[in-house]
Amino acid sequence: MKFQRKHILGLEELTAEEITLVLDTAESMKEVSERDVKKVPALRGVTVCNLFYEPSTRTRSSFEIAEKRLSADVLNFTLSHSSVSKGETLLDTARNLEAMGAGVIVIRHPMSGAPWLLAKELNSSIINAGDGSHEHPSQALLDLFTIREIKGKIKGLRVVIVGDILHSRVARSNIWGLLKLGAKVRLVGPPTLIPKYIENAKIRTFYNLDEAIEGADVIIMLRIQMERQESEYFPSLREYSRFYGLTREKLRGASEDVTVMHPGPINRGIELSSDIADDAGSVILDQVSNGIAVRMAMFYLVASAGRDA
Amino acid sequence: MAENVLMDSETIKRTIVRITSEILEKNKGAKELVVIGIRTRGVHIAERIVNRIEKLEGIKPPMGTLDITLYRDDLRRKTEWPKVEKTEIPFSVEDKEVVLVDDVIYTGRTTRAALEEIMDFGRPSSIQLAAMVDRGHRELPIQADYVGIKVNTLSTEEVRVHLKETDGKDEVIVLKG
Repeated sequence: MKFQRKHILGLEELTAEEITLVLDTAESMKEVSERDVKKVPALRGVTVCNLFYEPSTRTRSSFEIAEKRLSADVLNFTLSHSSVSKGETLLDTARNLEAMGAGVIVIRHPMSGAPWLLAKELNSSIINAGDGSHEHPSQALLDLFTIREIKGKIKGLRVVIVGDILHSRVARSNIWGLLKLGAKVRLVGPPTLIPKYIENAKIRTFYNLDEAIEGADVIIMLRIQMERQESEYFPSLREYSRFYGLTREKLRGASEDVTVMHPGPINRGIELSSDIADDAGSVILDQVSNGIAVRMAMFYLVASAGRDA
Repeated sequence: MAENVLMDSETIKRTIVRITSEILEKNKGAKELVVIGIRTRGVHIAERIVNRIEKLEGIKPPMGTLDITLYRDDLRRKTEWPKVEKTEIPFSVEDKEVVLVDDVIYTGRTTRAALEEIMDFGRPSSIQLAAMVDRGHRELPIQADYVGIKVNTLSTEEVRVHLKETDGKDEVIVLKG
């Protein structure tokens, strides 16, 4: 099958076949990172701009490495040192980048939907690097890639997502991807952080961690965003950690070869007890290196599809 | 479409025997040899060469596979890019005699891409090219060291190498356009 999309905005709009093509392509890209010379000429002459309206080190670095390994020219626009802080609108900034020749714009923005606005108004290819509490497709794709790599498949797996589902774009994108590829999705967290109306019969929600992880094949822990602590979705971090933090004891109910994942950065002792964080460490680092391969695949595919535009 | 059989399975078999002997003669054995096949059919020809070398010399040279998609020079013209498959070179090419294997050599552009990709893995002491068919029409100053059969073709014709592994039988045919 051919990839026809000029943009990758979210997993909600991708088909199972498109997601699988991204994952297959990423498998080939992964090999490039294992070479002595970690660079291929595929995107030579293409300018990619990373436009980040939210602080981010790891996602931005991962995108940047992916761009460089494909030989693209990279331009970074971050919140603190750009016209963004001078009051220019998003669209004006993006049009300027396009005028500078950016063929692909990677955008992270606190407002849900911002990447769609750019996709509608500009000719460049747009890749969503996280919009508000809506979608974070590259993270979900790398999670899917990591699961497929470890388990050999995704279909039929019991995958539990733990934590702040309500605000999490990682959760939202993962739910779409997992369902499309045939996994059984369970969500668990404090009632205040689980969306009230989930209109999908295939998703089960829990408020009790032990019940949720029974027989789980994969557990995806979400980061508790300290920045949102003001808003009192739960009484205290300590309480949250007691009910929803993953410890060795709680993990006993899961499947024997359960895989624990975390998008990072980890709050040790809150989402994961320190020993679990160490046990899961290699998988979490796999997620990071797989992230580069998946993002390379995303660039290759949108650049190919956007060619005739 | 008219079809003309250029090589049958017996001829292909003998040709592989000959090419292998030429490779061993030129490199004085198989000691520093590594063989790299270009996806897809070059890989299967490379496998046969490697097996033949093992039979003759008692050593099986390391074998790798190359997918040149990310190195193509026509990527920016194509509206639909080909699917990227895996390159696997699980050994060092440093100071090795590399035998690159492809099914057909035509414009030379695939070979150019393959040369560039191999260089990214290290600095071999030489790279030699083996092709089952040389159909002419080179667009770059590149030529094969070991050739199965050399034919004059029109650019409107198509040369296809069929192999048991991918197509069910061994033969080389020319399709007249």
